Amino acid sequence: MLSQIAYALPFLAEGFALTLWVSLLVVALSLIAGVILGVGLVYGPVPLRWAVRIFSDTIRGIPILVLIFFVYYGLPAVGVHLQSFWAAVLALTLFKTAQVVEYLRGAVASIAKGQSEAAMAIGLTFRQRLAYVIFPQAFRRFLPPWINGVTDAVKGSALVSLLGITDLMQAINQVIGRTYEAMPLYILGALLYFAVNYALSLASRRLERRFAFIRE
Amino acid sequence: MATSSNDSTALLDIAEVSKSFGSVEVLRSVSLKVAKGEVVTIIGPSGSGKTTLLRCVNFLESYDSGSIRIDGKEVGFRDGGARQRRSERDLAAMRAETGMVFQSFNLFPHLTAAGNIMLGLTKVRGKSNAEARSIAQHWLGRVGLAHKADSLPAELSGGQQQRVGIARAVAMEPKILLLDEITSALDPELVGEVLAVVKSLAEDGMTMVMVTHEMAFARDASSRIVFMADGGVSAVGPPKEVLAAEITNERLRTFLARFRASHF
Repeated sequence: MLSQIAYALPFLAEGFALTLWVSLLVVALSLIAGVILGVGLVYGPVPLRWAVRIFSDTIRGIPILVLIFFVYYGLPAVGVHLQSFWAAVLALTLFKTAQVVEYLRGAVASIAKGQSEAAMAIGLTFRQRLAYVIFPQAFRRFLPPWINGVTDAVKGSALVSLLGITDLMQAINQVIGRTYEAMPLYILGALLYFAVNYALSLASRRLERRFAFIRE
Repeated sequence: MATSSNDSTALLDIAEVSKSFGSVEVLRSVSLKVAKGEVVTIIGPSGSGKTTLLRCVNFLESYDSGSIRIDGKEVGFRDGGARQRRSERDLAAMRAETGMVFQSFNLFPHLTAAGNIMLGLTKVRGKSNAEARSIAQHWLGRVGLAHKADSLPAELSGGQQQRVGIARAVAMEPKILLLDEITSALDPELVGEVLAVVKSLAEDGMTMVMVTHEMAFARDASSRIVFMADGGVSAVGPPKEVLAAEITNERLRTFLARFRASHF
């Protein structure tokens, strides 16, 4: 079995790198978009709140697989043609963004109203209140569900193989197609995904400990 | 110390302010002038609008009509009488001119005692860290907490937290200090240490408007007492007059009688 794994590894390396690249893109883009939309949902004018609410509820109500196919096969009908790679990244990012919006809303809503008022009372502007008072406190509550979401994003990136993109999952299937030895390869794949996510969990736990000093 | 209520050079000028929450009128044409150096305490039954009035002064609450001026400048609305809300930046600058101490302290839990005081000094007043730190140390000393500069709020008692809250507000050198039932959330044995700090600020000439249930303190430390009932100013005057034995104001008499019955 070890020899089979040694044989497969070089073939998997490129797919693994692509899996990491897709995950990184999705996580980074959804974090930026999700935080901005989340702030809009909590503090924005009513029309913006509604727009974000509808976006988030709609996206979260659609299976991620349907979303991927919709972006790749559906959007060309309205003239938007995306390469399979970018279609996959877009679909996964939309999905993840809707989740980040909810994590952010929950984390910010958990901060007592008096915190904002005290920050206003000393003359901090809206941005300063977010940067120095609200976000540092909300971060602690945002982190655990968000890291959970990041590991989901890494696992969910395997779905891009359905658009013919050679990520780790697709590379595994290709090797199996040549060797007809499914089990060692799937075990290897599981270990690789696990290694990434376990490392993330460990990093998250360390971060959480760093912020555990905040008590209300 | 100025005690005149119709001083035309009032530092704080609240004129005919009204406000409703839905169909409930919480403020009915309230007018009140506070001169520089005055300590005005607002008393009254709960629901009388005291706290709402105080929160209007630094525009944590908006109001429907009337005006509130500090040093002649309208607090929440743009100059020119169009009743257009000030921009976020303008509002922040106006709020920095008033200090506020809250019933529930509202210290920032992720910052130390000194950090709480330094935040406004560095971000709003533009002071360097070193300068802000030394100002924070000075004020922590004033409230008797020089040794707690690096403690987090969770490591302080309620009375200590509230003293940091006061230091945070006054370190900004506000023109006026607003105190919203600042001892109501404290254990009785901790009330004294907080009121002592307020008293020493009053002696320094800090202009203060204070909503309180501490009648003895109101009597001893304030230049004037305002009695509010049903969203309006029902009585106003020096403590001796407002808390006098012979009171003709029916509502005030009932309030004081009830108060004495429950507190003494």
